[in-house]
Parts: sequence; C-alpha cells; structure tokens
Amino acid sequence: MFINSYPSRSQFGLSFIFSQDWDPVKDKFGALAFIYGTIVSSIIALIISLPISLGVAIFLSEMAGKFLKTTVGFLVEILAAIPSIIFGFWGLFVLVPFMRNSVQPFLEKTLGFIPLFSGANIGTGMLTAGIILAIMITPIISAISRDVIKAIPKSQREAAYALGATRWEAIRMALLNAKSGILGATVLGFGRAVGETMAVTMVIGNRAQISAGLFDPAYSMASVIANEFAEASKTIHVSSLIEVGLLLFVVTFIINSLARILIYSATKKYDAK
Amino acid sequence: MTQNEIFISDKTLKYRKIKSNLVLTFCVIASILTVLPLLYIFFYTTASGFSHLSLDFLIQMPKPVGEEGGGMANAIVGTLILIGLASVIGIPVGILSGIYVAEYSGGIFSNIVKFVTDVLSGTPSIIIGIFAYTVIVLTTGSFSALSGGFALGIIMIPTVTRITEEMLKLVPQSIREASLALGISRWRTTLNIVLKTALPGITTGILLAIARIAGETAPLLFTSFGNQFFSLALNEPIASLPIQIYNYAKSPYTDWHQQAWAGAMVLVMLVFVINLIVRFFTKNKFSSEL
Repeated sequence: MFINSYPSRSQFGLSFIFSQDWDPVKDKFGALAFIYGTIVSSIIALIISLPISLGVAIFLSEMAGKFLKTTVGFLVEILAAIPSIIFGFWGLFVLVPFMRNSVQPFLEKTLGFIPLFSGANIGTGMLTAGIILAIMITPIISAISRDVIKAIPKSQREAAYALGATRWEAIRMALLNAKSGILGATVLGFGRAVGETMAVTMVIGNRAQISAGLFDPAYSMASVIANEFAEASKTIHVSSLIEVGLLLFVVTFIINSLARILIYSATKKYDAK
Repeated sequence: MTQNEIFISDKTLKYRKIKSNLVLTFCVIASILTVLPLLYIFFYTTASGFSHLSLDFLIQMPKPVGEEGGGMANAIVGTLILIGLASVIGIPVGILSGIYVAEYSGGIFSNIVKFVTDVLSGTPSIIIGIFAYTVIVLTTGSFSALSGGFALGIIMIPTVTRITEEMLKLVPQSIREASLALGISRWRTTLNIVLKTALPGITTGILLAIARIAGETAPLLFTSFGNQFFSLALNEPIASLPIQIYNYAKSPYTDWHQQAWAGAMVLVMLVFVINLIVRFFTKNKFSSEL
C-alpha cells in the first residue's frame, strides 16, 4: 500500500492531509473532509454509546440474575455479530426516515440556536451515521467493560458495603479500579467506529465537505474508498484512495495498540491474585 | 450527637439511596436501550424478508427491474464459494499459527506472531480489501472470486489463530506429558493428542469466523466485485449476498428493495443460526463463566 500510494504522495505531499478539495475530474485530491467526517462521526458514536455501554456492563456484572445475564449477554453478542451491511440497510430504510421526520425537526426546534443542530434536513448525515455507529459499538464496549469489572475482586465491594456504602457507591469503587480497562474498551470501540465502512457509507450522505451542522451530509475515509475505488480509473485517483486507506490503517493501528495495552494492563493486575 | 446532626445524616443517607437507585435504574434502561435496536433490526429484517422469501428466491437468477420474481441463486452460490475459498486460506494458516503460539511459545517470533494477529484483527476490513486488490487484482489484471476469497481468508486468520491458541491452552499439561512419556514424538503429540482434545472448541471458533466473513461487504467491493450472472469461475468476478444487498438497497426500485430484504434475512438467519449452534455446544462452559 505504501508503494502503491507513491504517485499521490509525491504529487500532493503533506497538503493531502490538510486540503479539503476532492475532485477526481480535476485531479485534485485532499483528504481533510474525510478525516473530519470519520473522526466526528466516531466521536458522536462514542458520546452516545459510552454511558449506555457502562450501564449495560454494570447491569450484566453486578445486577442481573443468572437468566437475564445469559439472555442479555447472548443478545449483545449477536448484535456484535450482525453484518454491518444489515445495519446500513436498516439504517437507510428505518433510521433515516425517522431522523428526517421526527428527530431532526425536533432537535432543530428545541436546540436549533446551537450551530451543531442545523443543516440540511434530509435524514442522512453526520448525526445519523453517529447513531448507527453507536448501536454497533455498544456491544463491544459493554462486553469488554463487563469482563474488566468482573475481574475486580469481590472482596473490594464487600469492604465498601461493610463501611456502609450504598450499592452505587460500592459499584463506583469497582469502576474506579477498572477505569483503565474501561478506557481501553472505549478506545477499542472508537477504533471499530473509525474503520466501519458499509453502514456509514449508506447513511452518512457521501458529500466531501466540512460543515458545522450535524444534519449535513458528510463523508468518511472508509466510505470514500468503498464508493470510488472500483470505479477509479486514473492512476492518481487510485493511489490517492490507497493513501486514504494507508492513513486509515495507521490511525486504527495506533488506536488499537493503545487499547490493547490498556486492557492488558487492567486485566493483568487482578489475574495474578 | 445532637438531634439536628442525626437529622442531617438521615437526609444524606436518603439522598445517597435515591442517587444509588437512580444510577441502577439508568443501568436497566441502558440495557433495554441496547437490546431494543437488536430486536427491532432482527424482527424488522425477518418480517420484511419473510414475505418476499420464496423457493424462487433461493434457486432463481436475478431478473431485470420490473419483471416479477427472480432470486439470488447466483449470489448465494457465490457467497458459499467465497466462504470455501476463504476457509481454504484462513483455517490452515490460522490453526497452524495458533498451534505455534500456544505450543512453541516463548521466543521472540511467537510474540511477533501474537502482536501481528492482534493488529490484523483490529484492521478495518476495507483496508484488507485494498491489500487483496494490490496483491491479486493488480497483478492478474481483473476482479476475481479468488481475490475476494483471499481477502476474506485474511480476515479469518486472527479469529482462528486466537481461538486455537485459547483452546490449546485449556488442554491440561498432564495429557501432553502422558503422551510424551509413552514415547510419542512431539509433533504427533501435538497433532493427535492435543489438537484432537481441543477440536470441538476450535470448530466453534471457525464457525464464528465464518459467520463474520459471510456478511463482509467492504473488502468484496473491489475484489470479487459482484456479477449479475451465474459464475463458478475463480478468475472472474463473482456475485455475493452482501454486495447484492448493497447494490439493490441503493437502487431506486421497490422490488429490488424487497429482494434485498429477503437477502438480508438469509444473512441474518445464517449468522443467528451459527451463533445459536455455537452457544448450544459451549453452553456449559459459558454459563459457568458467567
């Protein structure tokens, strides 16, 4: 990939990352809009997903009875196994109309004074992509967080109860100890969101632009590759797309390494006991 | 303690209890919120797919827009071929490197293998598609079933490696020692004794890996590419369910959408059944773990 992206690297250099012109007809390529789209949609996903995943993890590890544990755990695992194309398809036909008809007009009416909640109200766009991603990464984050929380010794919670803590306060103590592992799970989920292709491609709207409004269509690194790669004929176009892929690879590599280190150190601390 | 102080501590306790209950309620709501989309997606896909699923869908070829009927026989066969190709590449490599990491670990090289597997499992599938494109499509000069299978095979490797490693580690050391004590050589011990003991676990891992690649779309877009016709040739573009769903879903025609829903249902069912089988066979292990 490094070799095959050479034409684009030599022609555009660093400006590839900082330019937001993407115009195959004029042979002008800059990836900033895609980088922006990828990062913002992933961050939206994380903001939505993190509290929910933590709630699920606590529910599964601390509260649920055996039957609920297995059932909900199973459902969450299946959710993680459903192909992303199904999410995209469902998103396109169910979530997009729902966003267009109910959520976006509502948000615009109530929170419209914040520039974030504005833009073309067509259903597809940054916010929709973020929500689909949130649905997709919640199982991952909650499954790993559950394992991390379970690795915290029971005696700690018992000690907290003995000191008169309420249930939440005892759980909070466990969470504090598990925080690096939970952070690792979060980073891993973020990495998944960054690399997600099909579902995002189908709902993000596919327009290379940087816009403050979350309703506006955008574009992500993975989806530009998915959309244009098979049709790109000019060498410079193909190599630009490969360079986008290379960037994506490097980014996910860093994110995943970070997550592995965090999770590894978190579970190891208590495995020894 | 004065009357007043007791009153205050009583009040904070009440406040703490309310707070505790609020948080716990939130956890329950969060769990419902997570499970709900799943059930919704599952039932929506099943409901929309079921009404358009028929025998024709499974055994007939796609028809042009506007014509009644037609199916996705070529896509279903294509997906099966791609899975077969991927298995040929992914399973041996995965199992062998899993054996290496578990049985011959300790060296720098096995740590490198472990690290590479980790990186590979976190790499977005579209990147692997680009890799397969540069390796096979560029050198042979055309989109082909082979390149698609190659990409899917690479995606399979980390899952299979990981599960093989985990399962081999579960085999008690005493079994290995007993075999070695009987004068059986190391490789025979690994192959006939250890691997055989771990086989059921490894099989479930392979099933999970297959469930994952069956729905992979992104790497196939520019490797196996898709084909409206029936093809068994490995050096030509081949149809597959996910690509067909993608193309049909993007089209403006209602009857294509319905076909896509039926295809989506076949995929979801496949994934669901595989997971159910795996769950059934590993039930005891998992429930003791939970």
